[in-house]
Order: sequence, then C-alpha cells, then structure tokens
Amino acid sequence: MKNIRQPIVRALCVSAALLSFSGCASLSGSFPTSLKAVEQSQPVQRQLNIEKWQTANGARVLFVPSPTLPMLDMRLVFDAGSARDGDSEGIAKLTSALFAEGAADKSVDDIARGFEDLGAQFNSASYRDMAVLELRTLTDPEFFSKATDLFSVVAGQPSFPQASLQRIRQQMLIGLKREKQVPGPQVSRALNEIVFGDHPYAHDSSGTESSLLALSRTDVQAYYKTFYAAQNAVIAMTGDLTLDEAKALAEKISAALPNGERAPALPRATAATTQNVKHLPFESSQTILLLGEQSIWRGHPDWVPLYVGNQILGGGGFASILTEEVREKRGFVYGIGSGISPMAAAGPFMVQLQTANENADEALAVTLKLVSDFVKNGPTSEQLESARESIIGSFALTAAENDEIVGQLGAIGFYDLPLDYLTKFENEVRTVTVEQVREAFQRNIHPENLAIVSIGPKAPKIPADENAPDDKAAQP
Amino acid sequence: MRYLLLICLLCAGWASAAEQSPTHDFTLDNGLRVLLREDHRAPVAVLMVWYKVGSYDEAPGQTGLAHLLEHMMFRGTEKVAPGDFSRMMARFGAEENAFTSYDYTAYFEKFEVSRLPLMLELEADRMHNLTISDEDFFRERDVVMEERRQRTDDNPSAIAQEKLAALTRPGSGYASPVIGWREELLQLQPDQARNWYKKWYVPANATVVIAGDISRDEVEPLVRKYFGAVPAASAPVRLTPRLAAAPGERRAVIEVPVEVPSLYMAYNVPTLATHPEDFYALTMLSGVLDGGYSARIETKLVRGKKIVAGAGAGYDGVSRGDGLFVLSATPADGVSLQTVEAALQKELDALASTPPSQQEMARVRAGVLSGRVFGMDSLFGQAMELGQMVTLGIDWKMADAYAENLAKVTPEDVQRVAQQWLVPQRRTVGFIQKGAQQ
Repeated sequence: MKNIRQPIVRALCVSAALLSFSGCASLSGSFPTSLKAVEQSQPVQRQLNIEKWQTANGARVLFVPSPTLPMLDMRLVFDAGSARDGDSEGIAKLTSALFAEGAADKSVDDIARGFEDLGAQFNSASYRDMAVLELRTLTDPEFFSKATDLFSVVAGQPSFPQASLQRIRQQMLIGLKREKQVPGPQVSRALNEIVFGDHPYAHDSSGTESSLLALSRTDVQAYYKTFYAAQNAVIAMTGDLTLDEAKALAEKISAALPNGERAPALPRATAATTQNVKHLPFESSQTILLLGEQSIWRGHPDWVPLYVGNQILGGGGFASILTEEVREKRGFVYGIGSGISPMAAAGPFMVQLQTANENADEALAVTLKLVSDFVKNGPTSEQLESARESIIGSFALTAAENDEIVGQLGAIGFYDLPLDYLTKFENEVRTVTVEQVREAFQRNIHPENLAIVSIGPKAPKIPADENAPDDKAAQP
Repeated sequence: MRYLLLICLLCAGWASAAEQSPTHDFTLDNGLRVLLREDHRAPVAVLMVWYKVGSYDEAPGQTGLAHLLEHMMFRGTEKVAPGDFSRMMARFGAEENAFTSYDYTAYFEKFEVSRLPLMLELEADRMHNLTISDEDFFRERDVVMEERRQRTDDNPSAIAQEKLAALTRPGSGYASPVIGWREELLQLQPDQARNWYKKWYVPANATVVIAGDISRDEVEPLVRKYFGAVPAASAPVRLTPRLAAAPGERRAVIEVPVEVPSLYMAYNVPTLATHPEDFYALTMLSGVLDGGYSARIETKLVRGKKIVAGAGAGYDGVSRGDGLFVLSATPADGVSLQTVEAALQKELDALASTPPSQQEMARVRAGVLSGRVFGMDSLFGQAMELGQMVTLGIDWKMADAYAENLAKVTPEDVQRVAQQWLVPQRRTVGFIQKGAQQ
C-alpha cells in the first residue's frame, strides 16, 4: 500500500499550549493572518464509493466510478510477488517482465503495436507481496474494447517465448552488475537478509546471478499457472465506466485467467532477539547506515499508534525529530528518515541515513539515541496533537486522482481490508493517545535489537547500549 | 529539497491543457503573473511559485548558488523562524518541496483546499522577507554537500554524465551541473545568496500557478491580498542563451569504476523556444526511435539484433536555449561500445535516408493524444506544465495546439530534421567504461 500516505506531521505554535515550540516566538502577533481561519476549517475529502464483488470464478473486484475523464485505470493484483519465489529466487520478477513478450499467437511486436496504436499503456511489475498487471486506456468505444481484449489475452495466455526469457534474464544480470557500482542496493540487500533471516522476504526480488541462470521456461510457466490464477487475483478499477460495464469487464478479464486457488498465507516473520551488526567495505565518500528490525505486519492492532509515532520520529519529512536533529541542527545528512512498511507477513521498522564518512560515528550515535529516547519516552502531547492534525489534514491527498484510487483499491482488496478502511484509520488517528503510542513502540520496537548495517570505506563505531547495566558512557 | 529536477517535463502529460478545465490568466500590478486551473474532482489543490532563474544564470565560479538559495528559502523569514515553514506545512497536512533546474527554480505545496490562504500567505512572505543568517547558510551548504555526495560523487555513472554534460554545451551555463561543482560549492558565501535573492526573487520575475478545486471568484481576491502586497521591483534582465553554431564533434572516454559500460551520444539541436517548426519534427523523430516498446530502438536494437541490453533516445525540447537530443545505450553482454555506436548511427542514417512510415507516425500521435487525457489525472502535472511554459516564455495555450502541430509533421519533415541536426559536428560521443576513479 505504498500510496496510503505521504509526508506529514508536526507542529507549530498556534495556541498557548504549543508555545514551547522552537521558533514560536517569531510567530507571535498576527502572522500568518490566515492561520486562525485555516485552523478552524474542517478538511474534507473525496468520498470513495467502493463497489466490491466477486466474479463467477472467484476473482475479487473493487471498483470506484470516476466519470470526469474519459479513461480507465485497471490494476490486476496477484499474490505473486517475490515472497513466492521459493528456491527460484528472481522468478516472480522474471515472470512479470515477460508478459509483454508474447501471448497466444501474438508476438512481442504485435502486443507492443497493439497497445501503442490505441494510445493505451500496459505495465507489469512485481514487488515482495504483489505482482501487478496494469492497463490505462481511453474509454471511447474506438479504443476501449480493443485495448481490454488485448489486455485479457496478455494476462490470460502469455506464451513466455524462450528467446525473450534469455534476453530479459540477460538484462536482469546486467542490472545485478550495475547494482554493484553504487552502495545503496548492496546495503539494502544486506539489511533485508539480516532482518528476515530465512523468511521468504529475506532475499532480494532481483535474485542472484546463479539463481537467475537456473530458471527455465517450464519454471516460469508453472509459476504463472499457480500464482496468476483468477482466485489469487484482485481486480481494481476506476474510471469512466458504469457499474454494469465494470462488471462485464471484470468477468471478461477473470474468465481469461487460469483457474487455481488463492495462495496460502505466508509464515509470520519473527523479530531478532539480539543486535546484529554488519559492515560492507566500499570506496565511497558517504557512509550509508541502515537500522532495522522486524516489527509488525498488515492488520496488526498496533498499526495506527506506530504509524502516528513514526511520523513524529522520522516519517514526517522536515517536521520529524530525526530530520530536525540530524539535518537541520547538525547538517550531517541530506536525507534521513524512518519507516514502518507492513506487508502481509511482516513489516520492518527501518531508519536510513547517509553521511560524509568523517561524520558517520557521530551521526549514528545521535540517531540511535534519538530512536531509543523516543521509544523510552514516547511523544509529547504537543507532538502527538500536531501529528494527528497533520495526518487528518492530509487525508484528502490519499485518493484524489484515479492513479491513487486504483492503488488504494488494489491494496484494500489484496490485504482483505474493510471497504471503510481509510475512514476507520482516520478515526483511530483522531483518538490515539500519547500512552498508546509509547506503549506500541515499546512493544514492537527494540532499539537494543536493531540491526545496524553500513557501507562505506570504514566500519562506523557502534555505540555501547546505554541501557545495558554497567555502561555509563554517555553518547553525544 | 530541495531536490533537483534535471529532466524536463515533456513527455506524457505535456499537452493536457483543456477544454473542460477552465484556465485563468492575469497579472498583478507588481508584475506577478497568475494562472489558475480549475479541476473539481477532489477537494485538493496544488500551489506552485516559479521564478525565472536557474543555474544557467550563475556567474562563473559560483555554480550551485541557485540551488543553494532554494534550500535557504526554507530557512525562515523576518516573520517565520527557521524550520517553522515546514512545520506549518506538516501541521496542515501539505506536501511541499522545491526544485531547481538550469532554467528555473520552483516551489510547490499540495494540500486540502481549505488550506489555500495559509499557503498563499507563506509563499508571498518568502517572496520578499527571506532572512539568510551566516550560520544557517553554512549549515545548509553542508547539507547540499551531502546531497551532492549522495546523488553524484558516490555514483560513477552520475560522475560520467556530469563530465559529458560539460562537453555538450561548452562555455555556457548548461555546461555545469545544477547542484554545482564540488570545489565551487565549498566556496559559496552568504552574501552571494543574499544578492541572488534580492535580484531574482521579485514578483515581476515570478509566476504563481494554482490548480485544483478552486474558482477564480474565490481565489483571485486571496492572491491579490497576499501577493499584491509584495513590493514591486523591476524584473532583472535575463540574457538569452546564445544559439551556438554547430560546435564541432566532441569525443571522450570516461573511465570510472562502473561494472557495466555505456554509450552516450548527445546532439545540439533547437527547441520549442528557438525553432518551433523543427521542435515538432524532432519530437516525432524521438517518438519513432523510442516512443515505446514498438519503437525502433526496442524493436531493432534490443530485440532484433540484440546488440544492446537497453537503450533510449530523449529530446529535451523545452528549455530557454538550444537543447539536446540524447541517445544512450548499455551494450548486450560481450558487445563493444564501438559496435553499439555503429548500430545507433545506422538507425540515424536510416531516418536521414528514408522517411518513417505513416504507421509509425500514427502510433506516436496516438500516444500523444491519449497522453493529453491521462495527463489530466495529475494535478501536479497540470500545474507543472503551466508553470514551466510560462517561465520559459512560451504561450501556455500552445499546449492545446500541441497535438495539432504534431499532426502536421510529415514523414519527410522527420527525415529533413534528421539530416539537418543529427550530424557529427553537432554531437558529443562518450564511452563510459571501467577504470579507476579519476
């Protein structure tokens, strides 16, 4: 649910209650003059009237009519991401990349010209949980049925030509080599492996050189048949269609997909019980530091307090504690942030920063201290109030455009969330308390167990755990 | 972010001004141009403030100043303490950021529409009340150094691109990276930033764009109230980028620690601002070569001969001065850069000797027409298009005529511009290959 919300968070001095805020004195008096009126306005948002049903063969469908623009966005979401790779690391990504390469009697050129002659856009992509097939087309009859016909052939009868498989695999191998030129991808891979251990989320979706070389066309065909079944699919749609038209289209698409079943639930990932540290040597001018720990999963009861708390700590961009302290006050970094991204079976808490090599020790120590202080103390009530206001105020931005709506629908369907998920989430945000945030952090985030993975010319100094007995060494 | 927008916004959403979306265009007494685009699908709006100044305008030795000033715009005014701007944005749920390019600097917010008055007031305030303390300036310069390390210094491909870009338009403001050369960045001083702000950040040199759930009746009085109070000052004279004759062929071998070699070919070509007729023909040419999975590069070089693992052609035709037509390619395993260059050259020769087919032309136009509609799904894209065109001195109504003008391009026009512009004396060829960092 990558679109569910963007930046956000925190405060300013408006009322007496907030006057302790840094810099607030300068806002006293009448500036900004528009503040009072804006404070009193109640933010509104576009109401999504989601229609949900199942097709005859069991695909789940979510639809929101959006008649203003003469276009359709359709996203098929399959439980077919790299978590389903098994021993064939990279197969989810390879399979996904082959859809445009041939289907039924159509060649790659036929498919490419077919969509492009209609001005339609086809896309396939895969992530850890999801694999998606997307179509964006005009709804004018001249284009609409041709584009959706071709889309259903591509989704339902891919031919996975051997020549294409070799070519795309070659491109993926070159992509792996290219990853080694820069520090970011390597350190992310290493962190994932440490945080997830032997869980299906541990390996990188791109696979490895040897795993890619071992993949065959038969493997891809079998993967497709198992995981691209109608019963394992969510069909998300928004655009200029009536409900009847949407129903007919969903039937057409799902009837084209293989018959099978929904993939079984993944095993839950478990959290580390000790601190793991790893450094990758690399000639770079910055050291990248990643801190991470498995925390929750999609549907976890602590999600809202963790989400709100994370906005305050490091998820809220320029208004967050980490940016304020590490970038704005110390100038150590260009970017720093924390995040919790819940997936079906896991959701790591992660902090990421990159800083000039000579500042790495200090930046790491400051960051760890900020994280553990936050877990220990929780937010102040002012911070919480601002974060709440911010999140609620930004709700209008989460599903304003068709592109965003179809993303929300795909996620709601895929993760079996209630149709009023966004409203429920908002209501929970409104009522969350300081104690709930602090307790949720203490239950799910353990600073002493955060894996620390770094890349750069020199390993950073790992600060001693200040909570450990007998250690009085104070950190800066 | 404060981040750099190096690539122009041509592509899909470009031509999306539209019949059903009323657009209002007026100018305040202090010279500020204002554009309003109504889009009532959701209670959301985007506010952008564009300034006609970019890294192109930097004096020699002061590269990076335009972008560093962009950072300083978030560091407080006479009325707003450092950091409070972003805090206010956050508190009201707005997404905010900024970007600097060669030709312009722009600031934007996206928010629930009832927040608009506050957004206008804060943008108007930082249009004339910015304060730049020495201490803040130097700390922000450190942040930009980190940004440079992150984007460029630790990425050998980016280093190579920067070196090659310096050769493409030698001796002009386009030859330096927007973020600045490291050694020059390190020497920038607070007074340079203050002078820059004073000179360029005046209403007559700016454009305000608001797109979203707004009406002119509601919004114009607010814009007048807040921005109308910004004192007038004459817009500085901005030199027109010189239009160089063909500069001669430039070839470079760049050795950097890459694992995968690549080829870069860039041609000095005209743009919409400097040569409108050829702009449309070059746009069609770019579409024929790389307008999709069915275009020539993918069909012939990636899939047919399998000479390249990936390749692309891009035409940056919206800028103040002349632009670039860039081809880049990653060889397939075991193929040399010389072979790849010859294969790309063969495709250019084919266009120069034979006009493209009508089917190819029709396909490019189909993508443009649907892109007009798809582009209207994005509020940000709509505001971006209006702001960019006005800032570059192009009539924004031309966006409406974009598809029409492309439709007038004949296959022979495409052949002619290939012959005229994609010639050796207009190109820079770079081989990026493995070696120790230079």
